[in-house]
Amino acid sequence: MSGGGEFRTALGRARGLGSAHHGVSAFIVERSTSVALVPLCLWAVYAAIKVAPLGYESAVLMLRQPVNAILSLLLVGVSFLHMRVGLRVVIEDYVHTPAAKIAALLANSALCWLGWAVATFSILWVAFVGGPVH
Amino acid sequence: MAEATSTGKGVRSRPTSPHLQVWRWHVTMAASILTRATGVALYGGAVIAAVWFAALMVGPDAYGPVMVVLGSWLGKLVMFGLTFSVFYHLAAGLRHLVWDAGAGFNPHTANMSAVGAIAFALVAAVVVWALAIQTGAVR
Repeated sequence: MSGGGEFRTALGRARGLGSAHHGVSAFIVERSTSVALVPLCLWAVYAAIKVAPLGYESAVLMLRQPVNAILSLLLVGVSFLHMRVGLRVVIEDYVHTPAAKIAALLANSALCWLGWAVATFSILWVAFVGGPVH
Repeated sequence: MAEATSTGKGVRSRPTSPHLQVWRWHVTMAASILTRATGVALYGGAVIAAVWFAALMVGPDAYGPVMVVLGSWLGKLVMFGLTFSVFYHLAAGLRHLVWDAGAGFNPHTANMSAVGAIAFALVAAVVVWALAIQTGAVR
């Protein structure tokens, strides 16, 4: 194989350098969420056009309709999951210094979970409590 | 072979891949870059959506300003960009699902699907905005 001076066996060199054995779950999450997002994104475009001209009260009433609230929850939940896995790949491709990479991956996860929590709580609040918070 | 790639330290240097600038510009390459770019743009779009939902919860004092910003020229430009991004990323995602199934890899098919995805996204974004303006949803 390669140059001399090596006493380690091929197996010894290969150990620990292989697959981490959990990449498949990220692959499946990315694909399954993408399938779910096809109808959800088309609905989102439709809903955005419907809600755009409405005033505050009408927008609240629209989100209070169970179908709209449920689809909004699904849209937000699946989107942030898909984004978290998707941007992870982008970060891993472009950020190579370990400290910056770990910081970027943590920031990505944190932003996705925060966005999901804020949006989900807001949707549930509007759906169950209605009007503005006090 | 081994001589050509040897670093002289007994360690074979890893094979390197030609980087972006040495490739002839090609539609499948543009489609690939656009997939990632629109994905990152939609990341921003999701943050805007989360802010919108939060503003709806907080009340008219927050919702009003958010809608003013989204309805400004810059806001509309961003929303049009996001509309294109949604349709393009969706089409690109479908291309990837077909590839995952093991189909659509030959150059002609890949070129056609790349052109198709870009054309679909442009047409869909323009049609959606034309409808939105026509129905008075966007002024």
